Formats: sequence, C-alpha cells, structure tokens
Amino acid sequence: MSAVDAAAETVEALGESGYKYGFVTDIESDTAPKGLDEEIVRFISAKKGDPEWLLDWRLKAYRLWERQQDEEPRWAKVSYPPIDYQDAYYYSAPKSVDRPKSLEEVDPELLATYEKLGIPLHEQEMLAGVAVDAVFDSVSVATTFKGELEKAGVLFCSISEAVEKYPELVRRYLGSVVPYSDNFYATLNSAVFTDGSFVYVPEGVRCPMELSTYFRINAANTGQFERTLIVADKGSYVSYLEGCTAPMRDEHQLHAAVVELVALDDAEIKYSTVQNWYPGDEEGRGGIYNFVTKRGACRGSRSRISWTQVETGSAITWKYPSCILQGDHSVGEFYSIAITNNRQQADTGTKMLHVGRDTRSTIVSKGISAGRAQSTYRGLVRMQGKAESARNFTQCDSLLIGDKCGAHTVPYIEVRNRSAKVEHEATTSKISDDQMDYCRQRGMSAEEAVALIVNGFCKEVLQELPMEFAVEAQKLVGLSLEGSVG
Amino acid sequence: MLEIRDLHVRVDEREVLKGIDLTIARGEVHAVMGPNGSGKSTLAYALAGRDGYEVTGGTVRYRGADLLALSIEERAREGLFLAFQYPVEIPGVAGTTFLRAAVNARRRHRGERELDAMQFVKFVREKQAELNIPDDMLKRPVNVGFSGGEKKRNEVFQMALLEPTFAVLDETDSGLDIDALKMVANGVNALREPARSMLVITHYQRLLDYIVPDRVHVLAHGRIVKSGGRELALELEREGYGALTAAEAA
Repeated sequence: MSAVDAAAETVEALGESGYKYGFVTDIESDTAPKGLDEEIVRFISAKKGDPEWLLDWRLKAYRLWERQQDEEPRWAKVSYPPIDYQDAYYYSAPKSVDRPKSLEEVDPELLATYEKLGIPLHEQEMLAGVAVDAVFDSVSVATTFKGELEKAGVLFCSISEAVEKYPELVRRYLGSVVPYSDNFYATLNSAVFTDGSFVYVPEGVRCPMELSTYFRINAANTGQFERTLIVADKGSYVSYLEGCTAPMRDEHQLHAAVVELVALDDAEIKYSTVQNWYPGDEEGRGGIYNFVTKRGACRGSRSRISWTQVETGSAITWKYPSCILQGDHSVGEFYSIAITNNRQQADTGTKMLHVGRDTRSTIVSKGISAGRAQSTYRGLVRMQGKAESARNFTQCDSLLIGDKCGAHTVPYIEVRNRSAKVEHEATTSKISDDQMDYCRQRGMSAEEAVALIVNGFCKEVLQELPMEFAVEAQKLVGLSLEGSVG
Repeated sequence: MLEIRDLHVRVDEREVLKGIDLTIARGEVHAVMGPNGSGKSTLAYALAGRDGYEVTGGTVRYRGADLLALSIEERAREGLFLAFQYPVEIPGVAGTTFLRAAVNARRRHRGERELDAMQFVKFVREKQAELNIPDDMLKRPVNVGFSGGEKKRNEVFQMALLEPTFAVLDETDSGLDIDALKMVANGVNALREPARSMLVITHYQRLLDYIVPDRVHVLAHGRIVKSGGRELALELEREGYGALTAAEAA
C-alpha cells in the first residue's frame, strides 16, 4: 500500500476533526507520490520538521493556489503547452535512482561545455548530478568560510536549518516581501518549498566575503522550489551570488523559486545571478521552465538593493527581480543580460516601486536573441504619490542575431508625483556584417567575433558582476551563442 | 608573393572586376589607382574574402597556395591584412580586448602560445611608441567616436601588431589632412621590409609622395588599363584619369 493510500485511510478513519490535528503519514518514505494536494503539503512540512506556524502558512498558500489553479498568469509573451501540476513530484529526497554513476555516463556534450568553462572535475561531478559521496577538498574550504562568517556574526544556512535555529527571524521576514498570495507561482512555492538559503547580516557588519564559492559547493541539490531569504540589518552589506555558469542537469522541468531581500536603514544587498539551466534541444524540447519571483524591499532609509542577472538557460524564463523603495533616499538597481537562442523564450524585466522620497532606481537591460528565440523586456516603474523627487533611468537595448528571432520591449510607467522624473531609452540593433567581417579579417572565427561583439554590447551589465563571476560570465555569453552564426 | 590571374568578381549580380592580372613580388609595394567606381575596393574585398564579393573566374595564388579556397579569417591568419577604408565601430569592446583577440588568433594559428593580458600590454607598448598611439585610444571602444585620422592610424597600428606578410591598404589616405596623412604614411613606411608586400589602393597620387611604390597600376572599368613605375602616378596627376579611361572605353 502506498503512503498516500495509507494516509487516505487514516484520514477517513479520523474524520474531519481528526484530519486537522492528527494527520499521520509515512514520513520515512523518501518520495511523495505524484500530484499535489493538502496531504502532500503536510507530508513535505512533516519531512522538513516545520513548526506549526509554517505548516499553517503552507496550507493557506496551498488552499489559495488550489482555488486559482486555472488562473496561471498568461500575460507574458511566452507560449508552452499547459502544465499538468498533478503529473509532477513535489517531494523527493536527493538520491534519485537514475543519476549517473560516474562522469562516463554523462552526456559528452555537457562535459565539453564544462571543459570550455574550466570547471574543476569534482564540481563537474556535482553539477552533472553524479552520485558521489566522496569528500572533496572543497568541503574543508567551505568549513573555513563558515568559521569566518560565524566570527563576523553572519548567519548563512539552508532555509530549513534557519527555520529550526532562527525561527524568530524567519517568522518575522518570510513572506514579508513576497506574500504567499503574491502570484500563482509564488503561492505554489510557498506551499511546497523544500530548499533554499537564508542569510542574516547583523547591524553594522560588512559580510567578509562574497557568498559564492561556498554556495556553489553547497548547491549540489538545488531544489525545484527554492526559497531564499536575505536580511541585511542596519548599516550592513552583503553580496550574494546565485547559480553557476555551468549548465545544470535537473530532471524537474518546472522551477518556481522565490527570493526575498530585506534591507534596513543604510544596508546594502547586491544579488547576482548567473542562470544557465538546460534550455532544451534545438527544437526546445525538454528545457526547464523557470518561473521565478524575486523581490527586494529597501525598508530602511538610504538602503540599497542591486540585482544583476545573466540569464542564458531555460526554455522559458519568467522573471522580474524587483525593488520596493520604501525607505527615503533608498536606491534600487537592475542590471540584466538575457540571452536566448534556438527556441528559448524569455520574458524578463523588473519592477521599481518608488514609495519613499528621493528614491532612485536604475534599470539597464540587455536582451540578445538568436535562432528562433523570443526575448521580451517587461518593466514597471511606479512613482507613488509620496515619492517626492524620485528618479528613474531605464535603458533597454536589444541585439538581434539572424532574422528569425524577436526582441520586444514593454515598459509600464506610472507616475503619481509631479516632482518625480522618469527616463526611458530603448534601442534595437543587429550585429552587422561589417562588424563580423572586420573581426574575422583580423583572424577571429565567426563565433569568436559574435562573442566579442555581444560581450561589448553587455559590458555595462557585466561590469556590475563580482570579478570572479564576470570572467566566467563572459565565456558563458560566447558559449550560449555557439551555432548562432552559420 | 601574390599572383592574380584573370580575376572576375561579381557584386550584387553585376560584374565589377572583368579580368585582373597582377603579380606582386616579395617585398614590393604596388599602388592601384583609379577613378571612383573602377573596382578598387572590390579588388581589396575580394582578396580579403568578404561575403558578397563573388569570384566568378580566375585564380589568386598567395605564397604558392590557392587564396580563394580560404575563408576570410583563414586568409587573415595566413598573414593577409586589410586596412579598411571605413573602419568599423564595435561598441563596448575596448581596443586592447579586440587587438588581443586578433593577435592571439594568429598566434594560435602559428602554434605559438597566446599572450595573457600582462604580456600583451608589454607587446603593445613597444609598437605604440612607434606609431604614437596614446593609451587612451586603446582603452576606448574600437573606433567608437574616433576621428578620421584616429581610425586610419588605428588601422596601421593593427597592421603593425599583426605583422602581416601581405597588406592591402584600401584608401587609407581618404579623409585625412596632410599631417594625419604623413603620420599614417610614416607608419606604413616603417613596416616596409623585404618579407612584406603591400597593395596600396588610392584615388590620389598625393599618398604616393609619401609611400613610394615600386609599381603603379591604373584600374578602370574593372580592368588594369596601364601599369608602370612611380612616374605613372605623376602622369595621372597631370592629365587626370580621363585620357586613360576614355582610351579603354573606346
């Protein structure tokens, strides 16, 4: 008898009142059955050892999601067959049976890409999802980092660990920027999230390192429904790097992550992402659907949140890292490179909501489309009534490679304060034959030339990335467009 | 070095070069002159291997091999350099980044080790002094916001870095004032050496006062109508293209 059948019988036996408090299920099992219902949510919650408030929160989210199941957002310029949410697994322990046993079983094309990116062997194994239990050298490195962070008082752990160890902090901030009712995917995430990171930087502390290398090692089992929460207390600073330049293998097609950032007075959070999920084959088959909700709240005066993203992977990207500029004089920034090739579709951008006075925001978006890809910038700048003297500058540049792709810019601008100032610039260009010939006449291959020209096009964004990431990202830009010129 | 035999080239369905014969020996500098529309730039682009310049007949031997069988970048790596009449802007790409990619592409081809950023700076420094190229020009994006003179100097500078065996200079004098012209010519002259040949394409004989050619060819209506020594350029200066091209048309 399966866990669910057993659970169902138990539920029937207990009746309605028993259901609420006495739900029992087989939490020894590693995988929940397919589909999503309240039992599965409870199962996940029990697995994670949630306190009661968190289970309640998940259930509220689930019930809302259930009611709006037919209201999946359809406004983005992406098209895909309907997702059958009952045909997916919402909980499975990391050790899946069909993992490759060694790198020899991994797709050679994937390995070639790792090679080009210069990824060390043990990281290759991790990224490819090889089932290795060996202790890498890097683990000790991670431990050293952890010690240093502890000394500074920075809390950095998985969200599950945080729920257990720092329940007060998690309870205060979880869902405070992206409420469970925010949108279809965020609601789903709230109900079933299993993984993710938690960072708390105490007052006046400058986090002594980029939270990156550590994270990369730590991210071996990136979940399908990640939930990340970063809180920077007064006067603190933290730079967080998410993702990896290397293409990640994942058997889950649907990804719906939520990231919440909170910056108090004079605090600064720099959040950089390099996303390179599997984009599917040339016809777009099998790629990841990436529906992400990322939002930062500049709650304190003079606080600052900066999003930098390099999006090259996924079949579908639906993502709008945003800033709520509540604190007076707070600053929000969004720097984005979105590269789409073959059949990829990206609808990405940002929202800058100016609430406080003298708030400033900058948006620089670079969209590159090749093959038959469609790339859309969608951005909202809203100056609320009390946003005295608020300013925004937006620059959206699109670059087309070939004549079968598309680039679209959809800015929404709402101004409710007369002293606010909003600027929007947009350009669309193509890589010209003259530019290609000029580079090739100097000895570069067509692919080198495209990589060089595109990197130049993206320069303003690339230079926002932390140094170590920027170099990798530049290589990635070139690799993502391989085969885009014939 | 270079042997062009009965070269026919078509551009946009129109035959522009109608049988060019030209032989340039090792270490020689030849000038091709001609009125607008005579096919000068077409010759330059066809030799470089640009798309859209379709060779419909004839052969080109370069250092004993079939040049036309090579792609544009392969020709470049084999030491063919084209100084563009209209150097192209590449926004966001710093001069050094572009030049290093170019130099390393050639080094790879020759089986030499690629230069890292530090080594490259050192390599560039030496050449920079020779051509009076300020640091600022290398930091700025390639050709973006450059004056006409800067663009042309930058072309000659690239030529110096890439050390070609055969260089085509396509109207490198166009749009230059006399001081800029002298500077560019000095740069080119500094690169003259026994192992390097050049084809200098120009509309005016003025450039040839500074870059003195071994041979001069007059191109008209897609054919070389007259060849001679340096004095041919002076003759053209006196009498104009009219007499020659009219004779050809008749």
